[in-house]
Amino acid sequence: MNKSHTIRIKVNGTAYERAVEPRLLLADFLRETLGLTGTHIGCEHGICGACTVLVNGHSMRACLLFAVQLDGAEIDTVESLGTVDKLHPLQESFREHHALQCGFCTPGMLMTGVDLLRKRPLATDDEIRDGLSGNLCRCTGYEHIVAAIRTAVRERDEVSGKAVR
Amino acid sequence: MKPAAFEYAAPSSLQEATKILADYNGEAKILAGGQSLVPMLNFRLLKPQILVDINRIPNLDYIAEHNGGVRIGALTRHYALETSPVIAARFPVISEAMRHVAHLAIRNRGTLGGSLSHADPAAELALMAILLDARLTAASASGTRIIEAKDFFVGALSNALEESEILREVEFPGFPLFTGWGFEEFAQRLGDFAVAAAAATLTMSGARCTQCRIAVIGGETVVRAVNAEALLTSSSLDDKTITAAAKAAAQATPMNSDLRASSDLRAHLVEALTRRALEAAKHRALEKQQ
Repeated sequence: MNKSHTIRIKVNGTAYERAVEPRLLLADFLRETLGLTGTHIGCEHGICGACTVLVNGHSMRACLLFAVQLDGAEIDTVESLGTVDKLHPLQESFREHHALQCGFCTPGMLMTGVDLLRKRPLATDDEIRDGLSGNLCRCTGYEHIVAAIRTAVRERDEVSGKAVR
Repeated sequence: MKPAAFEYAAPSSLQEATKILADYNGEAKILAGGQSLVPMLNFRLLKPQILVDINRIPNLDYIAEHNGGVRIGALTRHYALETSPVIAARFPVISEAMRHVAHLAIRNRGTLGGSLSHADPAAELALMAILLDARLTAASASGTRIIEAKDFFVGALSNALEESEILREVEFPGFPLFTGWGFEEFAQRLGDFAVAAAAATLTMSGARCTQCRIAVIGGETVVRAVNAEALLTSSSLDDKTITAAAKAAAQATPMNSDLRASSDLRAHLVEALTRRALEAAKHRALEKQQ
C-alpha cells in the first residue's frame, strides 16, 4: 500500500534521483538516504528548529516535510554554507562569537540565520531574538548567537551600502 | 517518532483531489503546508490511509482585491500574507496578527487554508476569520458552497467541512470607512499559540460608534463577544463603557483551563487584552476621521 515514489531533487547543487516511501521525512531523507548528517533532528515535531533547511530558498523544518513532496525542489543544508577551511561568513561570525557550545542546534540556527539575513532588516537585537525564537538552544548560548547574527547584519549592510542602523 | 505508513497522491486539480477524498471516504487527509498535520502524523495521533497533497494544484495561491475586501487562495503561505502590501493596506489587523503566527520557517510553509481547517482554538488566523466575518469557499466533487466563519469552527480542531470538501478560498469583506482596529495577544513565547488574545474593529461616525466587532481566544473555539459588542454599539466609547465591554468579553465563552493558564487567568487576560484592543481601535478610528 505504501509504494515508493521516485523523486528528482537537487541538494546543495547536486541532482539526485531516489525512490522514497511516502512517510520518509525530508530530515531522514537527507541524513539516511543521502548521508548528509549536518541536518540535526531534535524534536521531530517542528518545535526545536534544529532540522531547519532551505527549500527553494526559504527556511523550513525538514521534520515537517516529506521527501516525496519535494520532487523538483532545490534544498540547501548546512553543508552548503562553507567548509572547515573556508567558512561561510555567518559560520565565521558564529566561531568568532563562540555562538555554539555543544553544536546540536547550530545547523538550524545557521540556516534560519541565512533566511533572516535575506528577509529582514534585523535593525535591533529584539528583532534578531524574534527571528530566532523558533530555534531552541539548550546550552542557552543565545546571547552569543544574537551577537554573531548582529555582526553578520553589519557585514551585510556594509556590503549592500545600507547605512548601519 | 515516525509516521505510520500511508499512501500519497499529488493531484493536479481540485476535481481530482475531491474525487480521491470521496473515494477514500474519511480515510484521507489533505496535506497543504503540513505544519500542524505532520506533527500529528509524527506522533501517530493520526493514521490516514492516504495523504492528498494539494501543493501541486495551480491557482490556489493568490491575494486578490475584491469589492473593497480581499479574496485569498487557501494555499497562500503565511509569509505571503505577512508581507502582502494589499493586506497591509486593506487589513492591517491581519498584518499585525501575522507577526504572532509561529516562526519564519513555519510561515514559509504554513497556509491560510490549512490553519483555518485545522481549527486550533488558539490560532490567530481563526481569530481574524471570526472577527472579520470571513466567508469560506469549500469545493467538492458536486460544486462549491460558501460557509460563514461563524459556522465554520464547530469545536476545538473541528470544522464544518464534509469529508470530501476542500477549503478553496477565504474572502475577507471590506471595512467600512473610519474603522479602527486593535489586536492584542498573550503567549508564553513569541510565535507560540496564544494563551489568550483579543481583536477588535470599531467603526465611528463622529463621536459615536456605529459598528463594533470583538473576537477573543481563550475558550473551546474563537468566539465573538456579542454582549460586549452590544454595549459599545451606539455608545461614545467612553472609558466606563469600554471597561464594561472588556468585562463582558471575558464572559463571552467558558475559558479553557490547562497547564499554561487556569480559566480564571484566561478570563483576566481576555479582559485586559480586550480593553487594550478597544483603546487601540478607538484611537485609530478617531485618527482616520481627521
